[in-house]
Amino acid sequence: MSVQAVGQIGQRGHLHLDATIAGAATVVGPFEAKGPLGHLFDRVVKDELCGEKSYERAERFLLRSAVELLLDRRGMSATDVDLLVGGDLLDQITTTNFAGRDLGVPLLGLYSACATTSESLLLGGLAVTSGATSTVVAATASHHLSAERQYRFPLELAVQRVPTAQWTATGGAAFLLNRDGEGQARIVAATVGTVQDYGLKDPNNMGAAMAPAAADTILRHLRARRQTSRDYDLILTGDLARAGLPLLVELLGEEGEHPDNRLQDAGVLLYSPSQDVHAGGSGAVCSALVLASLVLPRLKSGELHRALLVATGSLHSPRSYQQGETIPTVAHAVELEAIV
Amino acid sequence: MEPKEYRQRVQRLEPQRPIARNALWAFVVGGIICLVGQVVQSGLMAVGYTEETVKAPTAIIMVFLGALGTALGVYDRIAKLGGMGANLPITGFSNAVVAPAMEFKQEGAIMGTGARIFQIAGPVIAYGLLTAFVVGIVRFAIMGGKP
Amino acid sequence: MSYLLAFVVGGALCLVAQLVMDLTRTTPAVILVGSVMLGAIAGGFGLYEPFAKFAGAGATVPLPGFGFSLVSGLIKELPKEGWVALFSGAFKATGAGIKAALIFGILASFVTRARA
Repeated sequence: MSVQAVGQIGQRGHLHLDATIAGAATVVGPFEAKGPLGHLFDRVVKDELCGEKSYERAERFLLRSAVELLLDRRGMSATDVDLLVGGDLLDQITTTNFAGRDLGVPLLGLYSACATTSESLLLGGLAVTSGATSTVVAATASHHLSAERQYRFPLELAVQRVPTAQWTATGGAAFLLNRDGEGQARIVAATVGTVQDYGLKDPNNMGAAMAPAAADTILRHLRARRQTSRDYDLILTGDLARAGLPLLVELLGEEGEHPDNRLQDAGVLLYSPSQDVHAGGSGAVCSALVLASLVLPRLKSGELHRALLVATGSLHSPRSYQQGETIPTVAHAVELEAIV
Repeated sequence: MEPKEYRQRVQRLEPQRPIARNALWAFVVGGIICLVGQVVQSGLMAVGYTEETVKAPTAIIMVFLGALGTALGVYDRIAKLGGMGANLPITGFSNAVVAPAMEFKQEGAIMGTGARIFQIAGPVIAYGLLTAFVVGIVRFAIMGGKP
Repeated sequence: MSYLLAFVVGGALCLVAQLVMDLTRTTPAVILVGSVMLGAIAGGFGLYEPFAKFAGAGATVPLPGFGFSLVSGLIKELPKEGWVALFSGAFKATGAGIKAALIFGILASFVTRARA
């Protein structure tokens, strides 16, 4: 198999990739199943604990079962996978690393908070394109309650949430990447984000902190590819939610990009307003769930021809916040094309 | 765009907090909890407690009610609506102790529940005590310990 | 009448705290600490006692009342115990509430768990 030049990761460069998303699998919590995309997910766990004894273990269960579901449906086993790339939000990405222990697959654990979905597709796509591996699984997971425990307050603590706060999604998602050319969509290009920090400090408004990172990555990707936002049927950011999306629209507009309703946000799409999730969804799995349930099927059916996934991440930690640090953010872009 | 300019824009576009609605619910929820406190206090005095001795049992019963609401998982829901109306009364103090106790059970009875039980309420006790200490010194200096 | 006063005054204190939180973007923790300190200071200057007499539970159930109890306990012990009361007095009036919270918290952790 010939190895295509993959371009250059750099300030002005982007990656030419040639990988196929052969399949995807999603496992979600009961609350996500009640959202507008609920009927599109592959599996719904019946309670937040998933039969485990802690929410951290439940999150691990979600990631592992998404991977297992993905492989099962294709009659594959873990030994058929060359590489697992993925990440989550917990501590030292324990969800991914512990699930890796259970799965016994070569593992590269990643962290870029909620940008992990595109980071893992980017690196998985790169590994496949380079010929270094033939079968890669990219996986992410997050859990509302384990994230609350880590980033916010005890669950039973009386806290009034503010309108800009986001709701960490409970779920696991896994994508199978190879070069077979058959499946849901092709990964054709990607841009690695640079870390942006506009001095925002409020962890209850991550959308506003992440919008500049999304804008920077989208604009760099478009310029490097000599495209405009009109070349896309869909630009899916994740997860700026209702507080961050209008800011991104303004930032892009100032640079002459007006994607209008081509620009959608996973945090807005995952829940309905009546679910009282404030500004919308977030979490490492949020954009992965929307990608797998909504975007990939439409690329496969030909309804969409070209889509850009721009997952965004807030890179703060509870400690950095307590020490008064601002919130650095990053966004990675992965360009997807329908298989013709 | 300059970061400062962007931060101003964020403030401009930020969804507004429902200030009037929050304030109203804080009043209602806080008022009801204090009303319950008054009922408890009057009830205790009716069975023989005096102005002097009624404070501690009232506090204990209110703390119990806050703890019960927390253990049953309803106190956080009351606070979602009532905000400070649920936080400011002593039942909220109780919630601030009981919630981490339940939460960190997962990390063990000693280093979880035991070590982190005052994670939220600790600052209130610490700075309340410090303030009382300073106020006491001032009183002592001025009045020499006369009641 | 005492019930109405408790409702209105207690509700008003919570309303003010809520307004401060929403208008100044202060975190709840800072407001709670601040209100205990304010209650303690007001108690030290003899301002809180008449307020508590007037509003009953409306003044003593919210956190400023906790600050007031800390100080009033300490002041009450000063003549009897002298300087030692600076260290021991504050817990005399508030110890029951704090200990109750601790006991109920630990008991709750035995019998139930935090959930969604």
